[in-house]
Amino acid sequence: MSGLILEGIRKSFGSVTALDGVDLTFPNKKLVCLLGPSGCGKTTLLRLIAGLETPDHGRILLEGRDITPVPAHRRDFGMVFQSHALFPHLTVGENIAYGLRIRRKSKDRRLEQVKKLLELVRLPGLEYRIISQLSGGQRQRIAMARALALEPSIFLLDEPLSALDAKLREEMQMELRQIHQRLGITTILVTHDQREAMTMSDVVVVLDEGRVQQVGPPMEIYRNPVNTFVANFIGSTNLLEGVTADSRAVRVGGECLRVERMADTGSPGRAITLSVRPEEVHVFSRISPGENRFTGTVTFVRDVGASVETFVDCVGTTIVSMASRKDNPGVAPGDRVTVELPAEACMVLTS
Amino acid sequence: MIRGKPRGFLAHGPLAYPLLMLTVFFIAPFSTMLAVSFFHRVPGAFFEPGFELANYARFFSPFFLRVLGFSLSIAAIASVICVAVGFPFTYFMTRTSRRSQVVWLVLMLSVLSLSEVIIGFSWSTLLSRTAGVSNLLVWMSLMDQPVSWTPGLTALLLGMTYLAFPYTVLVLYPSLARLDPELPEAARTLGASPARTFLTVIVPLLRNAIMAALIMVFVFTLGVYLLPQVLGRPPHWTISVLITDQAIYQSNLPFSAAMAIFLMLVSLALVGVTLLISQKSRAAS
Repeated sequence: MSGLILEGIRKSFGSVTALDGVDLTFPNKKLVCLLGPSGCGKTTLLRLIAGLETPDHGRILLEGRDITPVPAHRRDFGMVFQSHALFPHLTVGENIAYGLRIRRKSKDRRLEQVKKLLELVRLPGLEYRIISQLSGGQRQRIAMARALALEPSIFLLDEPLSALDAKLREEMQMELRQIHQRLGITTILVTHDQREAMTMSDVVVVLDEGRVQQVGPPMEIYRNPVNTFVANFIGSTNLLEGVTADSRAVRVGGECLRVERMADTGSPGRAITLSVRPEEVHVFSRISPGENRFTGTVTFVRDVGASVETFVDCVGTTIVSMASRKDNPGVAPGDRVTVELPAEACMVLTS
Repeated sequence: MIRGKPRGFLAHGPLAYPLLMLTVFFIAPFSTMLAVSFFHRVPGAFFEPGFELANYARFFSPFFLRVLGFSLSIAAIASVICVAVGFPFTYFMTRTSRRSQVVWLVLMLSVLSLSEVIIGFSWSTLLSRTAGVSNLLVWMSLMDQPVSWTPGLTALLLGMTYLAFPYTVLVLYPSLARLDPELPEAARTLGASPARTFLTVIVPLLRNAIMAALIMVFVFTLGVYLLPQVLGRPPHWTISVLITDQAIYQSNLPFSAAMAIFLMLVSLALVGVTLLISQKSRAAS
């Protein structure tokens, strides 16, 4: 099996368990996002891969070779840090060439490489700038250029975009994706921003409490979350507590809901959670009964410009529906409405 | 909140306090010393007001210039030793847990509570032939017979380093503790070994703190006057020893005041030159 493989990684700091048995495979040339809330162990995992921490248990394999005992400076991985960690006593060019100087590359070679990398990150001619004169976005790009200077086998990024403002962040996301496509280098990106993970990665790894919750392409994770944590963390969702009635129906708050599929058709009466994405929920301004349709009262309407969110009290909880501006049901708080939760949109979560 | 410059006499009122303190504790004693350095000494008595340059002229003898040269060199050597030992020490200290950092700092501060006299006599005992560490080495059969390492230049340097070491750590600690740990880590991921990282990232980043520590220890050890008498031989007596001798035992206050002022000017000039050189080399690099 090629690529980077983690086997049974455990790591604790004092009494705090950061990683609790992580098994992962990072396929070659893919962009993988490690996604999770703060404190889920994603940064620790990245630092273990970089060699800045050593695991208490488990192995790290690169192309079948055990690299667990290899120190950070012999791993040949490029890393971009959260604070960018550019050396303030060196110029932009010297920062980028730092690794090349350590490897005793000739001066011409260094200059040529710096020029090439500055073009790659679209900042040509900045060689002699001082780090303190750079803007946040520029620092970001220089940090990337520096990490790529040694043509590493794996490119690691630790929440590199979290310090940038929203607009710049989106720009950098696109740019990072383009650089990845151009260089075809295995990239591992740590983020707590699910949007970033969704838009950028080939594979998303959802982490929580030091464990891998789900691994898969972004759309698959979005459509088929394996548990309530993943459903809640990836996009917003309506979570309904219920019990199974038969193999195709769930009882929620006194009502019966039909579902398309149920992973495990065990005995009826099992407690489960249903997840329905807000954009799948339809709201009708008049009462029109039917399958999976329930009556409720509008409690709040939030117009966020491109879409409208309607909050409806029904089936014993609050259901959120999101509709585009043109499908806006046009209801007001206090109205009696019908809510439809389509059977194909109801995902059954077992935990 | 941005406020304009204070206007009027009353608005400048708070400045009176630092002004008063400076006057009482610095300007007044310093001016007295400056004035006394020009006074005329009355042998067998004290001194009488006057204005003469004889006190200053007395130094330009080979003896005083040699003592001055020795004092400056030994202070410079002590400061280099202190920083060379103290910088890695402080670096590793800041990498330990918060708790052990506090323990180390308290230990360092407790050394400060020992006076120069106690430190001097303790080292002189430790390095002596009769009761010193050499007896321990003989007992461990690492040496044939106990020897005396004091008085001597090594003993003096050891004492000075010991005395100034806590200050070195205290000067270096804040900047080392504030050093972003991601910077050395970034160097590691770029292929630099721990030693390379230390020399190419940590030392250049803390250049200012290193300069500050060097200057502080230099000025501090220049003022040490007991250790040279306890741990050194007469040729190792520094200019501070001579000043004490002149002021207290020879009752020649004008000459000791002149020496003190001259020493101050020389050390100020040296510090200035050092700062200038380090700024130039930074601009060049």
